[in-house]
Amino acid sequence: MRCQRMIDLNPLWDWFRTLHDTTGINLTIFYDPFDRARFFNGFLTSLRLMGVCLVASVVIGVVGAWIQRSRFLPLRALTQGYVQFFRNTPPLVQLYFFYFALGSYLRITGPTGLAVPIVSNFTWAAIGLSLYAGAFNIEIFRAGIEAVPRETIEAAEALGYSRLKAYIYILLPLAFRISLPALNNNLVNLVKTTTIAYAIAVPEMLYVANQIWSDELNVPEMMNVLLVIYVSLVGLLVLAMGRWERAMRVPGYTPS
Amino acid sequence: MITDATDLPVLKPFRLSCPLRGEAGPAIPLTATHAVVLVFALLLAVSIAQAAAAPAAPPILATLIKWTPLLAQGFALNIAMSFIAMGIGTALGFALGLALISLRRPVRGVAWFLTEFFRNAPWLVLLFYCMLLLPFELRIGDAIIPLPGWMKSTLGLSLAVMANVAELVRGAVNSIPFGQWEAAEALAFTRMQTLRMVILPQCIKRMTPPWMNLYAILTVGTPLASVVGVSEAMTLTGDILAAENRSELLVPMYLYLLLWFFVYCYPIARFTVRLERRFQVR
Repeated sequence: MRCQRMIDLNPLWDWFRTLHDTTGINLTIFYDPFDRARFFNGFLTSLRLMGVCLVASVVIGVVGAWIQRSRFLPLRALTQGYVQFFRNTPPLVQLYFFYFALGSYLRITGPTGLAVPIVSNFTWAAIGLSLYAGAFNIEIFRAGIEAVPRETIEAAEALGYSRLKAYIYILLPLAFRISLPALNNNLVNLVKTTTIAYAIAVPEMLYVANQIWSDELNVPEMMNVLLVIYVSLVGLLVLAMGRWERAMRVPGYTPS
Repeated sequence: MITDATDLPVLKPFRLSCPLRGEAGPAIPLTATHAVVLVFALLLAVSIAQAAAAPAAPPILATLIKWTPLLAQGFALNIAMSFIAMGIGTALGFALGLALISLRRPVRGVAWFLTEFFRNAPWLVLLFYCMLLLPFELRIGDAIIPLPGWMKSTLGLSLAVMANVAELVRGAVNSIPFGQWEAAEALAFTRMQTLRMVILPQCIKRMTPPWMNLYAILTVGTPLASVVGVSEAMTLTGDILAAENRSELLVPMYLYLLLWFFVYCYPIARFTVRLERRFQVR
């Protein structure tokens, strides 16, 4: 059975309309259904982008750190090149490079006869941002893995673990706990960096807010709303990550 | 009960950024720099070769060289912005960091709020905020100080730097052993004297590597100003591409711009790692 809406929110929306009428503070995203819907969609798109990039960048980090332990030299050199390149160049230019430069080759002719990109701008933003944060994550996991003593790996080998199994069951869990503070730092940065998807017109929160203030001419209000939402969103994340960090801390271990 | 005793084997220190010293293989003669240069050369070669397939148009390399002076101008603005933002941010951040360790609770509270606020706000949002809400000129009495776009976005960036530096200062002060405070107290230093003559000089050394890291991050953050319309290197690259209007130029041109930043930032990163190692040995 579909649950009926518990609370009628209309009085709240009306309050924002009255606020506009009496004080001139124009928060259309609350009382105007159209603006409310598009802003909410922008918010959801932002969350989706953050979620996808968080997961993908951690996966890149785990896989990349594994590759950096590989015995095959060119593979290691290539990973190292990728890490250094993405760490030392602007994420915004990387994103433009993916979307405009690489995207210009990945086009097919659509049914209307116009060239249609194969990869959407949301996907490019997800790819670009994940690769950017992933480069930092590889470095972080590598440092964590190097903190695990050789004897632990030897013990795993003695018990018959294969290289991959030892990595997944022994090395990674230990390395993960050690790397967690640095990892969290980077992931928080990633969440803040998702705003640059604005530059390639991904309809996330900043982009939608820009559309709204262009239509409604309420720049200061929207700017403050954006700032408050982002700061509280990131603040919540920092809080949650901090708790997780404390729970996962290796007792008695000081990082350096 | 949580004790410092642990059943886990002793772990080694967690050290970021000491590349290619894995235990998996022998130390390799090929450094990261070589790898990067190789990748670049490869990509450039591929795109140039591809362009060669379409004759008539002038060669890619000549076009890149033709626009290099303009790009250098834009890049100089990026560097200038990074310097100014770092300067303002460090000065403000030091003050804020000292407020974070103040003995007065209200001062600490306000400083904490400011630090967390500007640390958690995305840089691009801060840039928009400064760009759209600061006036284009300041009137102080009769004097009119113009605030061009690049100056406003530099201010936006320095707010972010400020919060990060404040956190660095707080962390560094807390990392100084408490014995230093007690020793200074025993010698009848006041709190201000202790900070100025004993604690902060030791902090500078600890803060330098992360501070340089922050500078590198700021430098790669300056192209964000192009989104709010400052004509720095990224904006100019867009203009150049629009002027040339050749689709085969897209990949080399963006790679070229990335290379500019890489050549500037990579040595800083390497130097930071060296500095970190040197300070660690004691």
